[in-house]
Amino acid sequence: MEKFETHEYDVIIIGAGGAGLRAAIEASNKGCSTAIVCKSLLGKAHTVMAEGGVAAAMGNMEGEDNWKTHFCDTIRGGKFMNNWRMAELHAKEAPDRIRELEQWGAVFDRTPEGKINQRPFGGHTHKRLCHVGDRTGLELIRTLQDKGVHSGIDVYMECTVSQLLKDGEKVSGALAYWRETGRFVVFKAKAIIICTGGLGRAYKITSNSWECTGDGIGLAYEAGAELLDAEFVQFHPTGMVWPPGVQGILVTEAVRGEGGILRNSEGFRIMEKYDPERMELSTRDVVAKAIYHEVKGGRGSEHGGMYLDISHRPAEYIKKKLPSMYMQFMELADVDITKGPMEVGPTTHYTMGGIRVEPETAATRVPGLYAGGEAAAGMHGANRLGGNSLSDLLVFGRRAGLSAAEHAQGLSAAPTVDAGQIEDAANSALEPFNSKEGDDPYAIHRDLQDNMQDYVGIMRSEDDLKKGIDGLEQIKQRLKTVRTDGSRPFNPGWHLALELRAMVVISEAIARGALQRKESRGAHTRLDYPETDAETYGKINSIAAKSGKDMDVSTAPLPQMPDELKKLLEDK
Amino acid sequence: MAEATFRVFRGDKNGGEEVEYTVPVTEGMVVLDVIHHIQGYTDPDLACRWNCKAAKCGSCSAEVNGKPSLMCKTRLDHLPLDRPVTVHPLKAFPVIKDLATDVSWNFEVNKKIKPFTPKPDTDWVMYQPDVERAQEFRKCIECFLCQNVCHVLREHDKHDNFIGPRFLVRVASLEMHPLDNGNRLEYLKDEAGIALCNITKCCTEACPEEIHITDNSIIPLKERVVDEYYDPLMRLLRKFFGKK
Ligand SMILES: Cc1cc2nc3c(=O)[nH]c(=O)nc-3n(C[C@H](O)[C@H](O)[C@H](O)COP(=O)(O)OP(=O)(O)OC[C@H]3O[C@@H](n4cnc5c(N)ncnc54)[C@H](O)[C@@H]3O)c2cc1C
Ligand code: SF4
Ligand code: SF4
Ligand code: FES
Repeated sequence: MEKFETHEYDVIIIGAGGAGLRAAIEASNKGCSTAIVCKSLLGKAHTVMAEGGVAAAMGNMEGEDNWKTHFCDTIRGGKFMNNWRMAELHAKEAPDRIRELEQWGAVFDRTPEGKINQRPFGGHTHKRLCHVGDRTGLELIRTLQDKGVHSGIDVYMECTVSQLLKDGEKVSGALAYWRETGRFVVFKAKAIIICTGGLGRAYKITSNSWECTGDGIGLAYEAGAELLDAEFVQFHPTGMVWPPGVQGILVTEAVRGEGGILRNSEGFRIMEKYDPERMELSTRDVVAKAIYHEVKGGRGSEHGGMYLDISHRPAEYIKKKLPSMYMQFMELADVDITKGPMEVGPTTHYTMGGIRVEPETAATRVPGLYAGGEAAAGMHGANRLGGNSLSDLLVFGRRAGLSAAEHAQGLSAAPTVDAGQIEDAANSALEPFNSKEGDDPYAIHRDLQDNMQDYVGIMRSEDDLKKGIDGLEQIKQRLKTVRTDGSRPFNPGWHLALELRAMVVISEAIARGALQRKESRGAHTRLDYPETDAETYGKINSIAAKSGKDMDVSTAPLPQMPDELKKLLEDK
Repeated sequence: MAEATFRVFRGDKNGGEEVEYTVPVTEGMVVLDVIHHIQGYTDPDLACRWNCKAAKCGSCSAEVNGKPSLMCKTRLDHLPLDRPVTVHPLKAFPVIKDLATDVSWNFEVNKKIKPFTPKPDTDWVMYQPDVERAQEFRKCIECFLCQNVCHVLREHDKHDNFIGPRFLVRVASLEMHPLDNGNRLEYLKDEAGIALCNITKCCTEACPEEIHITDNSIIPLKERVVDEYYDPLMRLLRKFFGKK
């Protein structure tokens, strides 16, 4: 067995997006030796792409906004599938997390009175999204990154975790490898927090960056954690559809927040038909399905989407409030959005499902293992409201950091890492180099993406889902002998071969969760079960967990909220 | 289908060479699509960095036909395709492999910049016209293209004496934050080596975020340094009227 470096910390965070950085700041602040391990350079995590804003009931624009309204909006948007306690904590704590960011140097857009400006967004009753033009994620990540590097946190960047290590039931560390050299690193830790983000790259059309391959969800699953509600995958209504190379790239909801109008090829304002009350500011599930129906009905735009038009707003205003959208369309699609409409269509955007955690502590069922951010589940139910992810990262990133620190400090001795386990993990990671006959990872990935897009996409049916599951079985078989050419240093093919392992796990959880849920709710739409079934499926979460070598898919009762919260929802 | 020829640098710190690839061209295609096509169909171990594919993360910097660019923003229909297009890694940083360079120096520099230091007892009221100066600098996506073109780093290799335009922008974003109370002038003069910049403006031209690096950040910072250290009258005045 080759030599490898070993590092030991109280708390290790996998992932340097908003959730990971916020978790690390908290753990370090509590006096724990803390490290972040991330597979890209620091500051490049997917969070950097977030555009529209971060939701918090600060009430800066409309004084009457408060946590109760934010809570109700979140639960309604999530079609009552949310973990009520998470939604409550999120609504209550988000404003403090925003103020804290400002104190760490974030510079949000201002109101005329000099307060943080807030913009309207789909499903939010009040103007609620704190923002910086349309580059809110960049502001969030830079602020946290800067706070983090001055808090004594060690950062291992371009270092990819391939497996978690365990000491009996407890988590004890992780095996990773440096992308630059391909050499292994062992991390020993008393607690590990998974903040690895989403899984959009399992689909062909997605707004997600290359990192979003569901790694952490796969790692947690393999280590014994449960996955919750994987079937709820958000298809954002407005991705770019043309030219082909940019298909899926996000067109921020802020375009609609700032007054953008959706029209079909006949010039009809489509939301008048699908949600006349909220119009373009309806929730994402509704708008995505509206576009789907219009296109299916033969009223699509030139390249099979809808027209989204903001050009009635003054050009200067558009350039100021949506600068990166202006640039994105000008440079990538030759469209001047101050003069004419954009073409948009649904794109895989966000996973509401993910690792099952305790609402207050972010703990998984594996002792010492925590999860936060997009990789964790429960907060958003069947459909996430725009802006609620960035606030989720801050609220539950902090909570995860706090409880991991407490856990680490409560252990009398560090768990041990087992040499045999490390060796097995290393051998497993190197398998693709030993394969001579197998398929190339890129070919397998393309087939996986087609399979998910075609059979486990925005509109689902039993027949399709079964085809999708069969397709996944074949992909699993091919993955066993996946072949990597070349050598270990900075080898993207090898990287992809390992990422495919996680993508296959989450894809199976999505497909089988979707098959089990015989109803339509939020982002999950069954053509064969178009109604929402409050009696049966409204009361259950779906669970996926590893049992032996296979995935076991089952259900668990949805936790019921206390009466005072129920009353809030009834009152409004 | 139309085709185009690319010559992509393949190699590592010990050297390398251009390798020629022919790829099909589709409408609206960018150079990063070409690299992905090569990885997906020809050479799966071709190394490059990318994250967002939407000019938002600053990962995919490279030199396309000798011009430092974001590959995800460089359209093929803006390049002359009648001859081979070259794609090379950034020159101012050591090659790791193929198009990936070792940019870790930048992260070390950043650590040494005094972080945001709020004024005591502030009420956090800030007005839009006042935050806009800092916001311009905070648009930076850390693509390091400005670092790559700055002759002080690229030709003269002064990495030990000069922090480069990116981090002068970073300092400016802090110095021009309406509520910041930190003092970075000595740092700018000594460690940051601001005097080494001779305002050639190459950095500004390279910036994909269209930040006015020289005019809005470097020149005002230079003026502050001059005021502080070389202009006795200004120093006296400041003594009476406070820092900024
Ligand atoms: C284009 C776009 C715009 C968006 N806009 C908004 C918005 O306006 N408002 C909003 O609230 N939400 C928005 N979202 C959603 C939001 O940005 C994401 O949900 C959120 O950023 C996820 O953050 P995270 O911290 O959970 O993970 P990420 O930011 O995805 O970070 C994941 C981290 O994990 C690391 N990682 C992954 N796997 C491994 C591994 N195996 N080993 C080591 N490290 C690993 C990565 O390197 C990375 O550092 C948007 C999403 C997209 C795609
Ligand atoms: S203006 Fe200064 S920092 Fe910019 S490229 Fe020229 S010398 Fe470098
Ligand atoms: S200042 Fe501009 S060129 Fe320099 S790193 Fe930032 S975005 Fe890139
Ligand atoms: S991939 Fe993000 S800037 Fe090009």
